[in-house]
Parts: sequence; structure tokens; C-alpha cells
Amino acid sequence: MGFLLRRLALLVPVLLVVSFLTFMLMTMLPGGPEVNFLGPQAVQDLSICDDPELDLNTRTACEDTIKIREELNLDDPLLVRYFTWLGNAVQGDFGDSVITGVPVSQTISERLPTSIALMLYAQAIALLIAIPVGIISAYRANGVVDKSTTGLSFALIALPSFVLALVLLFIFGKKLGWFPTRYDIDAAFRDKAKAMFLPALTLGLGLAAVYQRLLRTDLVATLHEDFIFMAKAKGIPARRILFRHALRPSMFSLITVVGIQVGALIGGAIVVEQIFLVPGLGLVITEGILRREFQIVQASVLVITFVYVMVNFVVDILYGFLDPRVRHARSAR
Amino acid sequence: MSRKSRAEGFPDAPGDAALLEVEDVKTYFRTERGTVRAVDGVSFSLERGKTLGIVGESGCGKSVLSRSIMGLLPKHNLIRDGSIQFEGTEVANLVPKDMQRFWGTQMSMIFQDPMTSLNPVMKIGNQITESLRYHLDVDKSFARETAVALLSSVGIPEPKRRLKEYPHQLSGGMRQRVMIAIALACGPKLLFADEPTTALDVTVQAQILDLLQAQQRERFMGMILVTHDLGVVAGRADDIAVMYAGRIVEKASARTLFTQMRHPYTEALLKSIPKLSDKSHTRLSAIAGRPPDLVGERQGCSFAARCPYAQSRCREEDPMLRDGETVDHQYACFFPVGTPEGREALARNRAASEGAIDVTDSTVTPGVG
Amino acid sequence: MPDPRADSPLSESLPDNSLYVESALEIRTDAIVAEVHGASGAPGDAVKRRLGFGFWLAIAWLVLMTFLAAFGPMLPLDDPTDLVGKSKESFSSDHWLGTDKLGRDLLSRTVSGTRISLIVGIAAVAGGLLVGGTIGLIAGFRRGWFERTSMAGGDILLSFPAVVLALAIVSFRGRDLWDIVLTLFILSVAPILRLTRANSLQWSQREFVQASRVLGAKDSTILRREVLPNVLMPMASLALVGVAIVIVAEGTLAFLGLGIQTAFGVDDPISWGKMVLEGSKDLETAPHIAFVPATALFLTVLALNFAGDKIRGHFDVRESSL
Repeated sequence: MGFLLRRLALLVPVLLVVSFLTFMLMTMLPGGPEVNFLGPQAVQDLSICDDPELDLNTRTACEDTIKIREELNLDDPLLVRYFTWLGNAVQGDFGDSVITGVPVSQTISERLPTSIALMLYAQAIALLIAIPVGIISAYRANGVVDKSTTGLSFALIALPSFVLALVLLFIFGKKLGWFPTRYDIDAAFRDKAKAMFLPALTLGLGLAAVYQRLLRTDLVATLHEDFIFMAKAKGIPARRILFRHALRPSMFSLITVVGIQVGALIGGAIVVEQIFLVPGLGLVITEGILRREFQIVQASVLVITFVYVMVNFVVDILYGFLDPRVRHARSAR
Repeated sequence: MSRKSRAEGFPDAPGDAALLEVEDVKTYFRTERGTVRAVDGVSFSLERGKTLGIVGESGCGKSVLSRSIMGLLPKHNLIRDGSIQFEGTEVANLVPKDMQRFWGTQMSMIFQDPMTSLNPVMKIGNQITESLRYHLDVDKSFARETAVALLSSVGIPEPKRRLKEYPHQLSGGMRQRVMIAIALACGPKLLFADEPTTALDVTVQAQILDLLQAQQRERFMGMILVTHDLGVVAGRADDIAVMYAGRIVEKASARTLFTQMRHPYTEALLKSIPKLSDKSHTRLSAIAGRPPDLVGERQGCSFAARCPYAQSRCREEDPMLRDGETVDHQYACFFPVGTPEGREALARNRAASEGAIDVTDSTVTPGVG
Repeated sequence: MPDPRADSPLSESLPDNSLYVESALEIRTDAIVAEVHGASGAPGDAVKRRLGFGFWLAIAWLVLMTFLAAFGPMLPLDDPTDLVGKSKESFSSDHWLGTDKLGRDLLSRTVSGTRISLIVGIAAVAGGLLVGGTIGLIAGFRRGWFERTSMAGGDILLSFPAVVLALAIVSFRGRDLWDIVLTLFILSVAPILRLTRANSLQWSQREFVQASRVLGAKDSTILRREVLPNVLMPMASLALVGVAIVIVAEGTLAFLGLGIQTAFGVDDPISWGKMVLEGSKDLETAPHIAFVPATALFLTVLALNFAGDKIRGHFDVRESSL
């Protein structure tokens, strides 16, 4: 218990470090949000403004840029800006979008559920495929199912997500017309589920390939252990040995990666979001960086890091569940 | 209320049928290097209530033998031959699905390493009650009570608490006791003990062996004690079979074996046990050379290369088991220990070359001539 | 997976009277049971020891790609930037893989694209191995504060959404070939670090390495002679898979509109990712424009993954057998 609490206590420092690094990174980017107001005229490198022989256009651009930066407090020292942001953030105010004026927290609360739904959908598809296939492949290793799914898994892992997305979109969306090709956030639940199927499938297939291989490898290794042989010698039938004895100790790699993917998918499904037009967090972050919208990037990264740490925490608890030796080793510390 | 149980349906054997009758059993493995003849024609029989010790060094096939008799070996790349009769029923060619009825309920096995043979993520109690509930179809509380009784009968203190514990929380000796409890849970008639004490401390070994003996007597089981350690079977086995290179090279009652051994390998084994009466710094006896490669055909006696009595006949002809003077004493040797032929052969070898193998001396030179 | 079995049977004292039979015989413990275990592996497992036909096929493809990358311009193909054919022409004898929207030959464009992909992949991974691999190697061996710091650093790097990092670097530095390589190099350090450390850890705990330490050998010597050669093979397999991942990453960046803008002074170099992006706009009318480069990408990545996995399997078996 103490061990787990200590892990949880790491959450705050990690969030602080990551948010600070992100902040720093964003400020190091050439130019800032003023680009959005002034367009390409915005001066990226303000050192040229010191030149006394500037032409009129450039001088105007300089003045405008400087003025906006002042309004937005963009030239205050880094730490001052960071702590201002932090101070607001802990009160729930993540600032507003400089362009639209929409509060960042609102944008995130609109987009986050979609991303989470997509992630859950994809993970569900992946696990529904991977677990049975993995078990059969391991149990009848090198048999028909195993060999064909190994080949298939390889192909899926090798397939870049954008290619797979395009293929699925092309075949099932356009040619066969089975699924709608865009996601409408206001539609009825059933339609939304249909619209999200192809994007979730794209992500899920890639995940399934990885999960299946992980499970199979671990399971095959476990099935070689002495205690499985002993269970056989006790007269326990094969299927029972498989599910009651072999499965639990073989889940470690799988749940580790599932945990990692939860965080990875929420912010990282950009390609899928773009191709299938799903309004998720990934696109928000991408646009945010490209448009130098610090606020939204900061807040999004914070959310994702939070999810990542929490999920890893849960996975750690699960380790303790799966293997009592881990549990006891921890309490012994 | 009658409870259907998977253990029912096994009528008692006809009065004079042996518990286990093994005839010319062979077990070969197909590997990349060729066919490995792990067990190459083994025969013996065992009565209920008796203990047979099978002794041999690593690689002689004794572990394969016990697993093969039980039918536990995975079937691909496996060649099995011979007859195995359990209480009059032929089981040699049964598929695992049919053998399952026997495992746990009629015949059982305990393994060398209790740490890896017990499921590390399952409570001890569940590992015991699992057999009970699956084979005997009893309910949870009855199974639990039986498990507690089993644990105390194998000498584990505080058995109720142990039920909820995991294997890594117990000491090596206790784990072995748990394994014994699991193996005996459904009251099998035949027990294979495969190197039951090798992984244990010396002090615990004797306790475990005593426990096995006591359980065997109580339950009137037939027991096969497989070990590389002659000391383990001395005083605990009724009959002893010495295995070498997949075959039994000498078989006799324990007393006869120790007093009238005939096979040079048996003699070598006996000689290499260090005795308390030896002076300190006495060199340990060793058997020179390495065990033979089990791939490919036999060429003469397998032990010839390491045998101090070996003659040219031994390298050409393969000695078969033949009866000795005492009843039920069999050995496979042309120049047996303690016979005129044997003594002559030994003398001839000693005189013939410098650096001949002397089993009592640990200066080892492999091969004679 | 965490293996808390600290008390393996080897650490329990062996009983004394096993000495007399086994001590002088230097044989492997129970050769027969070892054979049994080998034979009781899944059917067909013995075959895994040989690398197999698929492996060599994959290698052949990769060699072909390298050849095309190196000698592409010298081949008798159309200039990839010239408009030599009709727009959106499908497979024909003039243009084996068809033409794109502007009428450029797809075969020569695809061949040209190999260069970018391979350079980016190999350079980024090589860098990652050099930095991440070295740190990981030392971390797994030395343990202590060095390991803890590098793992913490790696964790922070990993918990950053890769997207943010990639976009940030790209925005910061621009989109020259080497900027993309830098981005992907930075992204690859953390996972390589993790995996190298895991491998190094495993090998460093083996007895022969401990023995070297006890005998007083210098750390650098031990690392170089005992640990590194053993870690090299799993790392080779990781490298191959890593190159595949980087190639896909570059393709993805290109697809998102952040592809390489300049390379070796040439503007708008051809990359498979970019070709797919262009082709995706005409998906319904001329799907081959997107799918030709996509297939090239896919086959290359497949070959890398497959070869990497075969190597890993080949050497893993040695490790896990008795």
C-alpha cells in the first residue's frame, strides 16, 4: 500500500516537470500567437527591428508585432509567465484561445470525450480480437491459426496507420458505402458509433496485432513451465489449465502495453482524426502548435500526462493483483 | 446422497494382477540430431505396497521412463513402444484424453523442484482442492476440510493458514510436502517420486523420505522412487533397478543388490558414495568418462567405455539381462563383478596398460585400450 | 515481466551426497530432460533455429531498396520530376506503375523515394543507438544513480506525446532532411535506452559477468568484452524494427503536411509519405497514385520488421534453452 501511495505521489512532480518543459518548448519556437493576427507579416525575429534603415512595411510590421506581444504579455520572463499560467491552471482557468476567444477548458472538454471514446473503442476492438486469437495461437503453437495470424500480425504492424486508414476508407467507406465517412458530434449515439467504427478499427487492428503477439509469446513461455506440467499430471484437463493456470501469469506484457497505449492514443491519433474527420484532441494539439497557441497545447499536454500517469498507476496495481509475489515483495519494502 | 465421481468406475484389479506391469517399454525422441533412444527396452513389475527404486545418473532415461509410463510426454516427435499394464489394463497406447482419468486418481507424480512445480500465483489451498473438486466432485467446504487434513498428514503445521498462502511464502521442505499432499489428494494407487529430494537441504531430505514411506504404508500404494542417489533408496526400497543409457542393467531386491552386486556400474555407484568411516582427505571416487550418446544404434555394451572390466567382447556384443543365482536378481554383463570371469577380466585390464581405469582412484583416464 | 523469484533452486544449497556421482562427471544436468524439453516445445519450434526462407526474402528486398536508393539516378528510368505521360494513367507498358496527377512516372518517383526513407531511417536509428544504446548499456550494468537518472529522463521523454515533440522540433528548426532526422533521432533515444538497459541488465546479472567483476576487471573492459557482444544481437533486431518505425513516422509526418522540404539543397524531395498525401486527394478516381508508394512503404517496413523478428527469435532461443 505504501509503495502504491508513493507512486501516486510522483504524479504532481511529473505534471509540473512536463508542463514546464512544454511551456519552455513552446516559447522557444520562433514567433508566437501574433502570427495568427498578423499573418505572414508578423515578424519572427525581432532583432531586425533594431535596424534603423528599415522600410516602411517592415517597420509597421515590427511595431504591430511588438504591440501585440505586449498585449499578450509574451515578453515577460519565462518563469513569470509559467507561474502565472500555473496559478491560473490550478484554479481551473487555462486561458482562452487567442484567436477565437473560446476558453481552452471548454475546447478540451468538448474534444476530450471524443478522444477518450475513440481510444476505448479502439482498445475494445483490439482486445476482443487479440485475446482469443492470442490464446489459440499459443495453445496450438505453430498450428494453422498461429502461423496465419503471425503473418497477418506482421503485415498489420508494418502497415502505417495512414495507409490502413486510407484503405479502409476507400473500401468500406467510399466503395461499399457501409460506413459514413465523417463523424458528426451531434448525431445520435448509434450513428456516432457507426461513424467511429472505421477510425476505431484502423487503430484497433494495429493494436490487436501487437497485443496478440505479446500474449502469445508470454503464454507459450508460461505453458513450458513446470507447474503447468504438474497440473497436467494432476489430471486437470487442458482447457482448464489454459484459463485457470496459464493465463494469469501471462498477462504482464499485455497490460503494460495496453496501459501505455491509453495515453498514446488520446493525443496521438492525429492521422485517424484527420482522415476520418473526427474532432479529437490530436488535431487540436497539432493545430495549436502550428498556430503557436500555447494555452491549448499546455492544457492538452497536461491532460494527457495526467491520464498517462494515472493509467500506469492502475497498471501497477494490476501487477500486484496478477502476481502475489509482486504484492508481497512490495509490502516487504 | 450419491456423488458422481470421476474416480469411480475403476474396479479393483483381479487378485493376482500386479499394480504395474511394464514390458519392453521404449521411448524415442525425434530430434534434429537424429533419434534419441531415451528408454530402450525396460521391463519390470510392481505390486501394491511395494517400493521400486530406479537409480541412475543424469541422462540415463529414468525421468523419461516415469513420464512415459504415466503417458505425460507430449506426443509430437515421440515414438513409444512396449506394453504398460496398470491393474491389468493396457494403457500404453491411450491418448492423453483417456489417460486423464488415471492421472491424479490412480497414478500420481511428485517432481524434483517444488518451487517451479507449484503455480506461483495460485493459493496452496486452491491447488489442492482443485484436484479434489475436479476428480471427486465434492463441494467447496468438504474439499477445504480434506485439504486441511491432507496438509497436516504431511506434517505441515497450521494447515488452515497455509491454505491461503502462496508457494513462495513457504520453505523448500514445506513446498515439497505440499506437492506430496497434492499428489496424494485423490488417493492414487501408484506414486512416482521423481528425484523428490534433490532440490532440498540434507536435513530435510530424510524427513521427506520418511514421510513418503509412511504415506505409502498407510495408503498401501505402489511407489517408484527415481533418483541418482543410491543412498536415497537404501533402506527404503524393496527392489532396486539400476539404469544406464536407457536400459536396466541390474535389478534385484535391495538387500541382494547391496550385498551381491554383479554389474560393474552398480559397483562403481556404490564405491563412489563417501563413507563416514573414510579418513579425512580421502579422494572421492568417480566414474571416469561421460555418458554415451543416445542417438544412433548401439554398438556393444553402453558402459564398456567406462568399465574397468571391459573386454573386446563387450564392445561388440550387447549383453542382455539374464537371471542370476538368486531369485529375481537380473543383470546384463558378460564379466560380472564377483565372478571368476569378472575377476579375470579386471586383472587382465589392470595388467595390460598403465593408466587403466581404477575406480577407487580419482585419477581418471577415460577408456581402456 | 517482473520476476520476483529471488530464490531459485540454484541458490538453495545442493545436498551433499549428490557429490559422489555427479561431481566428477562434467555433464550438463540431465541431458535427456533437456532433450525432452526441447522436444516438448511446440511442434515446428526446432525449425526456428534456422533463419528461414522468409528471412532471406526480406533481406533481398532490403538489399534491393538500398541498391535503388544508391544507384537510382543511374537507372534507365524517366526523370521523376518530368511530366512524361498522361495524367493519372494506370499501369501500362510505358509506365509500369502508372503516372500521377501531373503525369509524372510513378515507378521512377517511387524509386526516388527510397533514398529519403532509407536515409532518414538509418540515420535516426544509428544516432539513437549511439546515444540511447550507450546510455542504456551503462545504466543496466552500473545501476545506481546513473541508471535511475537515465531511466527518469527516459520516462519523461516518453511521457511527452510524441506528436508535441515532433511538431515542436519541426516548427523550431524547419523541415530540412536533417531536421526531420534530428526529430526522429530524439524520439528514438528513449525507447532504445529502455530496451538496451533491460537487455544490459539481464546480461549483467549473469554469473560470468559477475565473475569478471569479482576478478577485478575494469568496468569498461567488462562492458566491452562480456556484455556488449551479447547485447549486440537483440539490439540489431531492435535496430531493424526501429528503422521500420522511423520510416513510418517520416511517412506519417509527410502525410500530415510536415514532410521534408529540402534535402541536400534540393527543394521538395520525393518521399513516399508525400506521394501518398498527394494521391489521397484522388482516391476515388485514381487510387493507384496513393497505393503504389503505400505498397512500397509497406513492403519495406514489413521486410524490416520480419527480419528484425527473425534475428531476435534466432538468438532468444539460445538464451532460454537450458
